[in-house]
Amino acid sequence: MLYLELLLQGIVQGSIYALIALGLTLVYGLLRILHVAHAALFTLGAYLGVIVTNATGSLVLATAVSMVVTGVVGMAVYKLAYEPLLGKPPFIALIASIAMFIASEEIFRIIFGPYGLSYTNPPLQGYYEIFGGFYLKYGEMLVIGLSIVMLSILGWLSGNTRLGVSWRATVTDPSMARAFGINIQNVRYLNFFIGSALAAAAGVLVALLNNLVEPTMGSVASYKALAIIVLGGLGSIRGTLVAAMAIGIIESFGTIYLGHILGRDALAFAFLILVLMVRPQGLLGAK
Amino acid sequence: MAYEITLITSMAISVLFALSLNFITGFCGQISLGHAAFMGVGAYTTAAMMKAGVPFIATIPVAAVLAGCLGVLVGIASLRVRHDFLAITTMGVVFLFVGIVRQQDFLGGEIGISGIQASSFGRIGFMAFCLLLAAAFAVFSLVIKRSWMGFVFDSIADNEDVSRVLGIDVSKYKLIAFVVGTAAAGVAGSLYAQQFRFVGPDSFGFVESVSVLAMVIVGGIGSVWGVAVAAAGLSVMPLMIQFVDDYKILVYSALLFSMMRWAPDGLAGIVNRSVKRIRRRS
Repeated sequence: MLYLELLLQGIVQGSIYALIALGLTLVYGLLRILHVAHAALFTLGAYLGVIVTNATGSLVLATAVSMVVTGVVGMAVYKLAYEPLLGKPPFIALIASIAMFIASEEIFRIIFGPYGLSYTNPPLQGYYEIFGGFYLKYGEMLVIGLSIVMLSILGWLSGNTRLGVSWRATVTDPSMARAFGINIQNVRYLNFFIGSALAAAAGVLVALLNNLVEPTMGSVASYKALAIIVLGGLGSIRGTLVAAMAIGIIESFGTIYLGHILGRDALAFAFLILVLMVRPQGLLGAK
Repeated sequence: MAYEITLITSMAISVLFALSLNFITGFCGQISLGHAAFMGVGAYTTAAMMKAGVPFIATIPVAAVLAGCLGVLVGIASLRVRHDFLAITTMGVVFLFVGIVRQQDFLGGEIGISGIQASSFGRIGFMAFCLLLAAAFAVFSLVIKRSWMGFVFDSIADNEDVSRVLGIDVSKYKLIAFVVGTAAAGVAGSLYAQQFRFVGPDSFGFVESVSVLAMVIVGGIGSVWGVAVAAAGLSVMPLMIQFVDDYKILVYSALLFSMMRWAPDGLAGIVNRSVKRIRRRS
């Protein structure tokens, strides 16, 4: 029974990691930038979700608004911050991204206050009894369900539409894609829009599970998502999903059985380093 | 006067710490997002030994050796991964370090070690000692940079595969860079423990690792004087911009971002460019 509960907790956490890390993978696949400030967009999404829900009372509307606005902000981040740095060594963009992330935490703190916000009427707080004495929160079911839906849509888009094909072409070979008449600029904008919108959705979900958004809620997401995309093999979407689930489940079991030796964050990184020593290219990365 | 002494001592420690990372990242091109872990090893070594009654001076070599040993381990592990994988692996090292230290009762766990006794130097003596060590490492860095080994480091930073083809034992030189850099970080940690008389797991985390990397990059990666100036400046900047109080960190991060956006080659780059411009005009 405990095993099953831990496994489910791990899957819920893994789904959230997957939504966050996917945006990072998309950015990395296209631009080779470790986009730490992605976590700032996750926090922004969470704040927007709570504010709009409190103002209108509709979680669905809030999620939609949050995803669209955050997506547009993500496009602005690309245009203003990353585009001018594309030709520079990668660590320049990395430090710029870290600076943006630190600045964002401060901006959230200054605008919304240091103590965070909560839902006035927290939606979906009920429990559902799956079988004898085994409960799952509505919020947790939403996390798993929404992740599956969104990731399937994304998978379908990239496999079956012109848009998706041009995206994959740009990732594989930008100059060849340009020669075939694909507007690379648009692909990059789209990339940042989708990645940031997914992060916003993850933010809204985390806010729902904890019933709290704080300026610092992105800090865990910032580094753990990096660990996940590296574990998955940098730029591999399938690898990212596998790694997100693996980290979610390992953390959930590890905190119970190994918690006295290593904390939660350290566990994720211990696993990461172990895997990289055996497979330096990540779980599903190409050599 | 006491305030100035504290300030200068902290600056000297930051300079030594930043130069130690410059040795690995600047000279040899191996990015590290976890350098604070090595400073932490040094700081905890000094703290624990001084608590046991060992004099401060005797703890410094031990701190350097222990940090260097961990450096060799991380270095060997790092040989297997490159570029962005290396960046995240080193980031993992600092999280592991903090995670392990938190659970060790003999290192004070969450609370850390406080009440470390003062050294026999006195405050001014200790300041002079820190300045001396920082200056010594700066000179050592300059000598190495101009030596044959410096050229080897340059070539590895530039292109590992080409260096290997040229017959350079890339692994060996990377390990040398790691050992020297991490041992120096251990010494910086030793000084840190003595300066603040306190060490805790939160003093050597990811944020500290990023700030020291920021010092190296703002100074101009690989430039010894640039990094020294940037480290001295950035370490006291939060105190200098005290007047913006609530917006201190915001200003700091905005400056860091602007630097990357408009002058990614750092202070050294800005100065080199202006010098060239002046020369051309005359």
